[in-house]
Amino acid sequence: MDRGLVAAFLFLGGVFMHIPDGFLEAKTWLTTAAVSTGILGYSVMKTKQELNDRQIPKLGVMAAFIFAAQMINFPVVGGTSGHLLGAALATILLGPWSASLVLATVLIIQCLVFQDGGLTALGANILNMAIIGTFVAQVVYRPLSKLLSKLTSRKWPVALASFIASWLSVVVASGAAAVELALSNRIPLEVGLPAMLGVHALIGIGEGVITAAVVLAVWQVGFSPSRLEKGGAYSE
Amino acid sequence: MSRKIWLGLVISLLVAALLSPFASAFPDGLERVAEDYGFLQTATGQEVVNSPIPDYVMPGIQNEGLATAVAGVLGVVITFAGITLLLKLLVKRNKSSA
Repeated sequence: MDRGLVAAFLFLGGVFMHIPDGFLEAKTWLTTAAVSTGILGYSVMKTKQELNDRQIPKLGVMAAFIFAAQMINFPVVGGTSGHLLGAALATILLGPWSASLVLATVLIIQCLVFQDGGLTALGANILNMAIIGTFVAQVVYRPLSKLLSKLTSRKWPVALASFIASWLSVVVASGAAAVELALSNRIPLEVGLPAMLGVHALIGIGEGVITAAVVLAVWQVGFSPSRLEKGGAYSE
Repeated sequence: MSRKIWLGLVISLLVAALLSPFASAFPDGLERVAEDYGFLQTATGQEVVNSPIPDYVMPGIQNEGLATAVAGVLGVVITFAGITLLLKLLVKRNKSSA
């Protein structure tokens, strides 16, 4: 394999999707910040409409768990590691609007308190992980789990749909990061995109396994997201 | 708070405290590759904020594993408190939807 491609694999795998300050040019981070602000504003509005104050601790726990899980890097391949993103997990259990707020809060705290992801890149990181990751999970999970549940018993459709939705959410989010890096003239898209998609196709397997396992475990203890949001895993 | 909420919090704290010191390290290839592509210097010294706990390592603690565990536990608490506070401000009390 081309040495540059291998190098890009290692590099982008290490960065994951928490883009640091300095990697994005002003036009890229200003644009992504504006887009993210707009969409998050809408998420806030929808969450205000849908959320009951008794449900707040559930979102708190989801955010706390995603924060903790994102610290745990698992080895992937070739000296690269990855960690849970959690966008699909939050989307499946809480619905997309609450999930995007939960993810954005985690990213803001990681940026400000732990220097994980740059402040100028925060808009891009929120767009990739909290918005695009959540959106992909939502549009994939709901129809897929419905379709699969027609074919077989109730547990496996949820697990399989969780796996596929979370795998795709990670891969698409990483593609968005590659586009932003290309727009900032850091790495050409024809190199960055296959590298990002390739390594995250592997990281996504870990994401899928963890997401499916946690969704099933949460189901086991009787957590009922149907009361949080119509379209959660157990709403039917 | 219900028992399930506490259970979730305890699991999160355990993951942050006990697993984080054993997390796979970022690839050493990072700096070398950024150098290969000639944009390593675009990130060095570019941090806009001075974070109190950079890179999930609590300053002032010699033992690296312990410093990571402490950072993880603090992060879990800050995250839970942060979103709870945010949502308390956003969501009206006892709204009758459920």
